[in-house]
Amino acid sequence: MKTAKLASLAKVVRSKNAGVDKITFDIIFADRGTYERAVRSGAITRAAVARLYGIPEARISDFVTFDPACAIKFTLYRDRPSGSPGDPDIFGAQQYAPLLDLEVPID
Amino acid sequence: MTGKTLRFLVPNGHLGFAPLQPRSFELGVAARPDFIVSDSGSDDIGPGPLGSDACASPQEWQRHDLEHILLACRTLGVPMLIGSAGDTGANSRVDLYVEMIREIAARHRLAPFRLGYFYSEVSPELVRERIEAGERVAGLNGRADLTLEDLARTDRIVALAGIHPYNTLLDMGADVIIGGRSSDLAICAGPAVRAGFPDALAYYLGKVLECASFCAEPYGAKESVIGEISMEDVKVTAMHPDQRCTVASVAAHAMYERATPFVEHALGGELDMRHCRYEQFDPRTTRITGPKWRPAAELRVKLEGAGKVGERYIGIAGVRDPYTIANIDRVIEWARRAVEARCGRTGYELHYQVFGRNGVMGDLEPVRTPAHELGIVVHGVAPDRATAEEVCMIGTRQLFYARLPDVKGTAGGVAFPLDEVVRASAAYRWTVNHTLRVRDPLELFPLRLVDVGAPTETAGRR
Repeated sequence: MKTAKLASLAKVVRSKNAGVDKITFDIIFADRGTYERAVRSGAITRAAVARLYGIPEARISDFVTFDPACAIKFTLYRDRPSGSPGDPDIFGAQQYAPLLDLEVPID
Repeated sequence: MTGKTLRFLVPNGHLGFAPLQPRSFELGVAARPDFIVSDSGSDDIGPGPLGSDACASPQEWQRHDLEHILLACRTLGVPMLIGSAGDTGANSRVDLYVEMIREIAARHRLAPFRLGYFYSEVSPELVRERIEAGERVAGLNGRADLTLEDLARTDRIVALAGIHPYNTLLDMGADVIIGGRSSDLAICAGPAVRAGFPDALAYYLGKVLECASFCAEPYGAKESVIGEISMEDVKVTAMHPDQRCTVASVAAHAMYERATPFVEHALGGELDMRHCRYEQFDPRTTRITGPKWRPAAELRVKLEGAGKVGERYIGIAGVRDPYTIANIDRVIEWARRAVEARCGRTGYELHYQVFGRNGVMGDLEPVRTPAHELGIVVHGVAPDRATAEEVCMIGTRQLFYARLPDVKGTAGGVAFPLDEVVRASAAYRWTVNHTLRVRDPLELFPLRLVDVGAPTETAGRR
């Protein structure tokens, strides 16, 4: 089966704080066709994200598809509130990078 | 009220954090809006500013934006609303903005106007009494209910106001309002609700405009947008000539910095955006219909609180030896033991951030192969400055002396770009992210109204 990296399919892949206890991830596609194929592929799911980040699924508070924006969105609980001593990313802005290499079936 | 509309100009989504862009703002002012509003708060900046009662933004940029907005509003004769003054919305930040408004008005010899403001701080004492009386201070985002221990670790608490203090101050005749901490959407939703527009559209208007041009494309922050509400819809238009509010950009904004794109909470209810419909109205304008507003059965106000963990020093070390890189955990363990031998096991925090391995993502990092060189940032935190410095110094310098059995380089195990540790800002923690029941949506938010520019100022109270 032919696959493509998510970085080549999505227009936006980003992460950011959602309040002080969560980090949220947005994967936005430029067109509806690519978005729908990515959703149908089954490669981007709660389980796949948990596996990629090495976390239990219970740490994912929300996982939704959002048709009006052609987007897949999920949110993680932080291991400590943003900006606490030892938090490496106060804004949560650099946590999306592993998603870029996710292989998505495109047939 | 068929045919009636209200138009809001929003030049900045976090006033002061970076200055507004004057060109699109002037285009927005020329369109003669009914209100100019901007929120100035964020909890993105970490717990430090709230805990230490400081701003994250430079005063020069705050004054810059307040001056642009105040002069435009007084020229047009329309109200100005600023939410969550000075990043945190703490009382001292409200006073700071009030002082800036007076100073700008005096410098420009503005004709007299009425300045309303309100405070949002909640004393930890009040929260303690409520907990002791058996009241639940309910945790958000998976947190347990607030305990007296959490409270003892808290230096400052602010409550997030809804639309109510803004609307009451408008009723009292305020021309300019400086708000304490409040929900981002309150500054647009308030006047729209007050004018009789449907709650659902009013709150949606506030939500979509909260970050100014973040609802437009291509990406460009701090540009002005105008939102218009009618009895039937909301329309948002980008003011920068090269930006457009598209179906995709407006819909995508609902996701930004939120756990879900479907629901937004505020004091008094929640906005449901599941059934929003988006249409391209003209090349730069998107029209939205279909949001819903569900009033809350019980009024619960969100509290944010921060407390000091301690004074903080940081040290920096580099590693290039591949054997040392492969055994970096043993090196760090050596240094931790040395700190324990001197300072004990508790009473401080010592964190090692290892760039080149997982310095950015910590435990979320899936890549297990380290780079050819590592950079280690050592964070030492303790109640007093001397201990923090000592913890950090031992924790950094002992990386140099770690004893690995097969290391070839026996003259020093790490590289130091500085042979010292550096004092950083004090460390704080978000200790409160909870909700408190209130009877009256105004009860935690004392209001003030003063005349500015008049020979004598009379203070008023609700």
